[in-house]
Amino acid sequence: MLRHREGDNELPDSSGHFGPYGGRFVAETLMSALDELTRVYEDALDDPTFEAEFRTDLARYVGRPSPLYEAKRFAASIGKARIFLKREDLNHTGAHKINNTIGQALLASRMGKRRIIAETGAGQHGVATATVAARLGVECTVYMGSTDIERQKPNVYRMKMLGAHVQAVDSGSKTLKDAMNEAMRDWVTNIDTTHYIIGSVAGPHPYPAMVRDFQSVIGEECREQCLELVGQLPDVLVACVGGGSNAMGLFYPFLNDINVKMIGVEAGGEGMQSGRHAAPLNGGTPGVLHGANTYLMADEDGLILDTHSISAGLDYPGVGPEHAYLKDTGRVTYETVTDEEALQAFRLLSACEGIVPALESAHALAQASKLSAAGDVEDVIVVNLSGRGDKDLETVARMDGVEL
Amino acid sequence: MSRLKSTFDCLRQRGEKGLITFITAGDPSLSATVPALTQLADAGADVLELGVPFTDPEADGPAIQRSSERALLNRVTLRKTCEQVALFRQHNEDTPVVLMGYLNPILALGIEQFAKLAHESGVDGLIVVNLPPEEAGELSAALKPRGIDLILLVAPTTPIERIEGLAQSCSGFLYYVSIKGITGADHLDVKDVEHKVASIKLTTDLPVSVGFGIKTPEAAAAIAKVADAVVVGSALVDILGGEKELEEALSDLYELTSALKRSIREC
Ligand SMILES: Cc1ncc(COP(=O)(O)O)c(C=O)c1O
Repeated sequence: MLRHREGDNELPDSSGHFGPYGGRFVAETLMSALDELTRVYEDALDDPTFEAEFRTDLARYVGRPSPLYEAKRFAASIGKARIFLKREDLNHTGAHKINNTIGQALLASRMGKRRIIAETGAGQHGVATATVAARLGVECTVYMGSTDIERQKPNVYRMKMLGAHVQAVDSGSKTLKDAMNEAMRDWVTNIDTTHYIIGSVAGPHPYPAMVRDFQSVIGEECREQCLELVGQLPDVLVACVGGGSNAMGLFYPFLNDINVKMIGVEAGGEGMQSGRHAAPLNGGTPGVLHGANTYLMADEDGLILDTHSISAGLDYPGVGPEHAYLKDTGRVTYETVTDEEALQAFRLLSACEGIVPALESAHALAQASKLSAAGDVEDVIVVNLSGRGDKDLETVARMDGVEL
Repeated sequence: MSRLKSTFDCLRQRGEKGLITFITAGDPSLSATVPALTQLADAGADVLELGVPFTDPEADGPAIQRSSERALLNRVTLRKTCEQVALFRQHNEDTPVVLMGYLNPILALGIEQFAKLAHESGVDGLIVVNLPPEEAGELSAALKPRGIDLILLVAPTTPIERIEGLAQSCSGFLYYVSIKGITGADHLDVKDVEHKVASIKLTTDLPVSVGFGIKTPEAAAAIAKVADAVVVGSALVDILGGEKELEEALSDLYELTSALKRSIREC
């Protein structure tokens, strides 16, 4: 159900706050568009037709439900825990991102918006957006930092093939945060015609709640599948956190199951000590960027810091405000995994299971490995395999000294 | 009385429209800021907006983005921006200075501490681009007792019902954003602006200034006919960021500012 079940976490409040986090910190020009989007979204939640359209698209176009697969050889090579993979990599376009773009595309149609824009880091959200735009037959521009264009070439070409215009962003650090700045500039300029599909549980209200709700299908399916397959709820859920949408999607339907432990994994880059990472929940402070109050990587003057991660999709100085809240309440634990650890997990899963994971998802796999290696309990761990790694082969090959 | 209020009262008495100029603190160098502010005031600027550099100026166009980047290369922060205002105040007691920027540097300094520092430095007003009134309570409460005006933006997309509320939370002047877009954009429509300013005027007695996308004396004069003051930013910032030596740039700054003021007076 898109509308939260009774007793579920009721946040955000009506002004879009998760405790002190979230809210709407945007230029005045955007306020009316955010109001409109909130209204249309709230109406859609109560409209059975909308829910039916959404579910039908997820089933027939995306290919849901995605399987819950037990990675036995991978698990056995590490420790005693049973490790299950929620196979979001098998979705059409190869990542969880499409769950959200399907939902927002339906809303864009309801608002009569004939143009869609998006920001992208790894290119997965850009591809997922270009895909729904192609299907709707509307114009689509995707903003992407020029550093990311360089490291995610296959996705750039894919977006173009789908008819989207990929706009390179050369300002600032030339990565995801700058792409988001540029998308917001486009949106204020073309506010009448354009819907901005934000790709994570970040940004101003209603995006964090709306994207979470669309992504919650991951956790809902996972809950049922786990009960059916294992006869119990998972002991631990693990997901990587860039903006935090695949993690929120998995965690949200379990928030009230107090025995289910949840771990969000941030990009530790070259190690927390090095300062070269993208882990605001572990190494940042609260502040305001891109429309929300949340944890950020910023210096003591409040200037946003450049981040580093081997994975473009995690290379972002902010994080969705609900994660900031869940960190403070202690309901979810947030850990970090380095580039090196993620790469090891990338190789191990490929070799043991015949599944090449996205570098983003490899962070979650590495954390699950650490957990299993550290304890000798036979826990049931579910890892959100948020995407597939085809887009990353060039990056990994280069590390191996191979030019593709 | 606040400097902003007395400035706008004076203008009204003289039947004149105001010129508000924008430059970024520390652009092209920290030592250029006080001379540039002085030049602008001498050339006839009635209010001085001073941009606080930020890494992610999401509502700004290329000209002001670049100026922010130049200032950041000079390591100019919110604190240093306030220092420059204090230095400027040693020469100029009368011209109001309004800081314009984004919220995070203020949060990093601490809202109370910022309000105190701004007050001691002689700052008169504050515009925070990404802070709508719904989220502005704490900042507003810290500024008010210190006589610093929190200036709010009204956009072309702001519904009339909302303008009333905005005007009530705002002091000094209301800032009407003349276009749907970012600073320095090109699609200014004077008729539209005239319409909207007239409807804003029905809801409030605050002076209404208009900015974003006004670059030439001609455009300034056209807008001045329908508003209380005109804001010019990108065109001035481009002069400071150009190839010329500082002295020459400052003299160009003076030229453009006096031309703007002249055409506003004659309108
Ligand atoms: C496969 C994959 N996983 C995870 C992410 C990170 O985003 P989020 O934290 O919103 O799930 C991305 C972003 O591009 C991605 O492509």
